[in-house]
Amino acid sequence: MSEAFGTALRLLVDLDPKLVEIVLLSLSVSLTAVAIAALLGFPLGAAIAVGRFPGRRTLIVLLNALMGLPPVVVGLVIYLLLSRAGPLGSFGILFTPSAMVIAQTVLILPIIAALSRQAIEDAWGEYQEQLRSLGASRLASALTLLWDTRFSLLTTVLAGFGRAAAEVGAVIIVGGNIDGVTRVMTTTIALETSKGDLPLALGLGMILIAIVVAVNAAAYLTKELAQRRYG
Amino acid sequence: MTNGTILPLRLHEVCFGAGSRAIIERISLEIESGPSTIILGANGAGKSVLMRLMHGLLQPASGRVEWSGTERSGAPRKQAMVFQRPVMLRRSARANVAYALKIAGVPAAMRAALVREALEGVGLSHLASRSARVLSGGEQQRLALARAWALHPEVLFLDEPTASLDPSATREVEAVIRAFDAAGTKIVMATHNLGQARRLGDEIVFLDRGRLVERTPVEQFFSQPRTAQAAAFIKGELPWTG
Repeated sequence: MSEAFGTALRLLVDLDPKLVEIVLLSLSVSLTAVAIAALLGFPLGAAIAVGRFPGRRTLIVLLNALMGLPPVVVGLVIYLLLSRAGPLGSFGILFTPSAMVIAQTVLILPIIAALSRQAIEDAWGEYQEQLRSLGASRLASALTLLWDTRFSLLTTVLAGFGRAAAEVGAVIIVGGNIDGVTRVMTTTIALETSKGDLPLALGLGMILIAIVVAVNAAAYLTKELAQRRYG
Repeated sequence: MTNGTILPLRLHEVCFGAGSRAIIERISLEIESGPSTIILGANGAGKSVLMRLMHGLLQPASGRVEWSGTERSGAPRKQAMVFQRPVMLRRSARANVAYALKIAGVPAAMRAALVREALEGVGLSHLASRSARVLSGGEQQRLALARAWALHPEVLFLDEPTASLDPSATREVEAVIRAFDAAGTKIVMATHNLGQARRLGDEIVFLDRGRLVERTPVEQFFSQPRTAQAAAFIKGELPWTG
């Protein structure tokens, strides 16, 4: 055990190329998914927050429920859509990083949309009269609120990233965990642990935890600073 | 800024309620340009709701609120409102004023000068770059007034603008309200502070439990109110107001 730990540390210190490759793929997949989910989730959250349309309550409940989507189920659905016989099979992207990005985007879009909806709606409650008094349209109000809640929205992005970086179920199904192609931190940890090769798994586990802690610290500090600077 | 007046404002048999409780009951009223109108009444008399109905933030359950002339949706508003608790955007004081101008459709090239003039008018030029939400309550309220000032409204609604301020901040805010009046803006202000009503008002619109009880010039209202409710209100409030 301590031997495995020592080997793991050496892999980290030596910047083992295989380990670096896996970390970089993990980050690029999850960051891309977060970027796409934020691009779609912010407008969606803002629209639901300030919009008045039939079925709005149902949509909010649904969106909140989707925050708890099991990654393996998302993986399965995306797998079925992208498989050769599936409706999107002709793209031929199953078992590629693109498929993993799609799966993670689907997984975290509800998180970013639901959390930003909540943040924007809280602000809307405070700003509504003032913005309407100034004559702002709903669209202008939504854009104003998106900018004014920017620090809360950053937190939703980091929550989404944490979820994406840590999940294994979705990426392992649609990515296939192919060595050198679709192997990311979580899938490698799962595989190496079951093979009994602990050093690589441990090394990756430490990096994963470090990333998640760093991300949360960044989120906390940003909010703190913003609170002091902008009130 | 543009030609054509939106006054007088006419309210015809306006009713408003929450659930089964009536908040405003059949109020008919005409607000003309000129004298500063103070809407006076105890807490819960319906002052804030009446102002929101006038300003268009609430729609009457029945009855009509009619502006004359050119006030219509889509056009820049000729009326502004300052609330009891100002709502500032998370940006600088300067940007908060500029935002109001942008929403009102004022071309970008004209905004900077108007912002500067408005901040000067309320004595906040030195805080222009400061983030609006970290300003003190009194400063924020003056910034809210600057935001309204920049728009050069024909009518300014004020809903208890000094209710949460200390005496010195109150004096500063009142000075700005006087400047609006001097510049020809019609003031419509809700307050339950009799001293303030006296200092700033020309006429009193007195509400009691959602009804319009009397409308009287200020001096007469305080010396010889026409209704028993108003007399009781003055008697009850005076010991606590400055």
